[in-house]
Amino acid sequence: MNKILSKKQFSEKVFSFIVEAPLIAKARRAGHFVIIRIDQRGERIPLTIADSDPVKGTITLVCQKIGVTSTRLCEMNEGDSILDIVGPLGKATEIRKFGTVVCAGGGVGVAPMLPIMKAMREAGNKVISILAGRTKELIILEEQVRAASDEVIIMTDDGSYGNKGLITNGIEMVISREHVDMCVTIGPAIMMKFVSLLTKKYDIPTIASLNTIMVDGTGMCGACRVTVDGQTKFVCVDGPEFDAHKVDFDEMLMRLGAYRDLEAEAMNRYLNQK
Amino acid sequence: MTAKERMQIERVKMNELDPEYRSHCIEEVNQGLTEEQARQEAQRCLGCKNPQCVQGCPVNISIPEFIAHIQEGQYLDAAAVLRRTSSLPAVCGRVCPQERQCESKCIHLKTGGKAVAIGYLERFVADYERNNGDGKVQRPSSNGIKIAVVGSGPCGLSFAGDMAKRGYEVSVFEALHEIGGVLKYGIPEFRLPNNIVDHEIGLLRQLGVTFNPDTIIGKTITVDQLKEMGYRAVFVASGAGLPNFMNINGENLIGVMSSNEYLTRVNLMGAARDEMDTPVLKGKRVAVIGGGNTAMDSARTAKRLGAEMVMIVYRRSEEEMPARLEEVKHAKEEGIDFHTLHNPIEYRGDEKGRVNEMLLQVMELGEPDASGRRKPVPVEGKTELVKVDMVIVSVGVSPNPIIPRTVEGLETSKKGTIVVNDDTLQSSIPTLFAGGDIVRGGATVILAMGDGRCAATAMHNAITKGEI
Repeated sequence: MNKILSKKQFSEKVFSFIVEAPLIAKARRAGHFVIIRIDQRGERIPLTIADSDPVKGTITLVCQKIGVTSTRLCEMNEGDSILDIVGPLGKATEIRKFGTVVCAGGGVGVAPMLPIMKAMREAGNKVISILAGRTKELIILEEQVRAASDEVIIMTDDGSYGNKGLITNGIEMVISREHVDMCVTIGPAIMMKFVSLLTKKYDIPTIASLNTIMVDGTGMCGACRVTVDGQTKFVCVDGPEFDAHKVDFDEMLMRLGAYRDLEAEAMNRYLNQK
Repeated sequence: MTAKERMQIERVKMNELDPEYRSHCIEEVNQGLTEEQARQEAQRCLGCKNPQCVQGCPVNISIPEFIAHIQEGQYLDAAAVLRRTSSLPAVCGRVCPQERQCESKCIHLKTGGKAVAIGYLERFVADYERNNGDGKVQRPSSNGIKIAVVGSGPCGLSFAGDMAKRGYEVSVFEALHEIGGVLKYGIPEFRLPNNIVDHEIGLLRQLGVTFNPDTIIGKTITVDQLKEMGYRAVFVASGAGLPNFMNINGENLIGVMSSNEYLTRVNLMGAARDEMDTPVLKGKRVAVIGGGNTAMDSARTAKRLGAEMVMIVYRRSEEEMPARLEEVKHAKEEGIDFHTLHNPIEYRGDEKGRVNEMLLQVMELGEPDASGRRKPVPVEGKTELVKVDMVIVSVGVSPNPIIPRTVEGLETSKKGTIVVNDDTLQSSIPTLFAGGDIVRGGATVILAMGDGRCAATAMHNAITKGEI
């Protein structure tokens, strides 16, 4: 049992939780994720670790309401307990001095990006963070990102905050004025696809952290498989980070839809019950 | 009773649920023997002086001895004999391929008869003990030595039991939220009910074994940290976690999945039940690729989830199928089609990326290969297109890479299995022993259990001698 010590709302559908998980808090590094099961009925879902406090024995998880389990998690409160948390899973981010690193995060993807920004900066990189969302309300963790970056660029589709435009416009702004050695991108698959296409054009090495469907998270089921450089890889044990230029994002986007109809049905059932 | 009289008794038939009824529910198919049936079947055993069946058993259960107790009606004594060598008799009685082990050596076969139903009798005794025994085991006094076990499948459980009986303080670490490994996530309820596994786990708890779910050794806690925590030695039984795929076109289409994924969703996550959050696809026309027990489990599960057509696609002929005979028989009775000597070479999908067709290559048997089985070879130009909306790939598993990747200095094979001494199961790191599928690369429950026993003895000896 992992007690929720605090809960914060970031936007309409995005919540942040500080949860007791002492062993994971000690073992985790930037890029790692956990699998949680909120209760006996819950699905096993992967969530990236946004932060941890090894002294207090806590980790920070950020979750967006998407399916039934994530919605039910977002409805949990301080004092409630998450039944199972297992991790840290996946390979940690390769952190070293690259030079100038652009961290391009969209929506809830900014949460797992935060520890990577911090670690990249500690390793001596100049970190330029680009946060993107449809509208101002969806830009999360701005303050923490500012503290962890040398520069922050905010992009909104509707121009309600920061610059009007897509994340790729923000990256291009940086590329047009200075040399970029490395790009890290985390966000919706469609966003990472376009970030990857852009940086490929400019020949900038790019890492994408993939958020596929998973069940066990330890390599056992293969639900998370993606094609990277023509080969099938398991995101849970081979990733979650891959060379973005080699990822078959179209296939990944297709596979993310595998349970869409069933999820919609389940969501309706859940809402009707309530 | 004379030997001749014993030999004239017909082999008992297992009581089974009706195929039509059972293929729509998860109730256990085999209902077990009645006491009368068990005693009559036990009379068939000639009590050979040099019993070959014992040699055929990977853990050398004293078979004529336990059967003799059944003849006398002393079922708890029979159970005690089983317990001497097997930590999970109720499981083995259900899932062992007896026709290839103990029963394949039975004297009756030499005279043209049918083997004594050793597996059924084992199950009868284990079930009798579970239902009628006092359910208590004496916890031995502790020797104060802490031992860590990685993985709670049949291998880890068997090791844990043997070490706990010797007085060690055993902690089992499991990655999943349930204890039992493949017995829980893999083998379906209709073949091995979870309460049977839970009963065995309860006995281990009484012996003082502690279980730590949601803990991945190599991730949550490293092997080095276990040492710092005071564990004298580690037994790795982390299994063959990684499902194999065939690397053919269309294998990543929606609706194509590993048997591990399918069975885990249904068995571990209860995905077929409405009240559970985990979804599972319910195909109407389902192909299962492979001929092992897991393939049969997947096919029969698909049938139970409402598939109209379920087809086993296997590249060799039925004779070479690795599945237990009983699983093949049950699958056929439940209406599963067997498409042997066919091999998928491509999957095709609709505009949403959902699989809707598979292209099969017709095969024939050629010369025997390394496994001794005749090698399947493609029949030039002969293919077949089959409409499907779900494909379950069940073509074997590879070792879980987490321990091999995270323990420095651990010798592994090219295939990723942990290299161990054949007799002691000790790895290149003296305090680390390993067994089951992480060493064998994909075997059976009973071989995994045998490894657990063997490693327990060897580790105990090494500790007693002060070597580790």
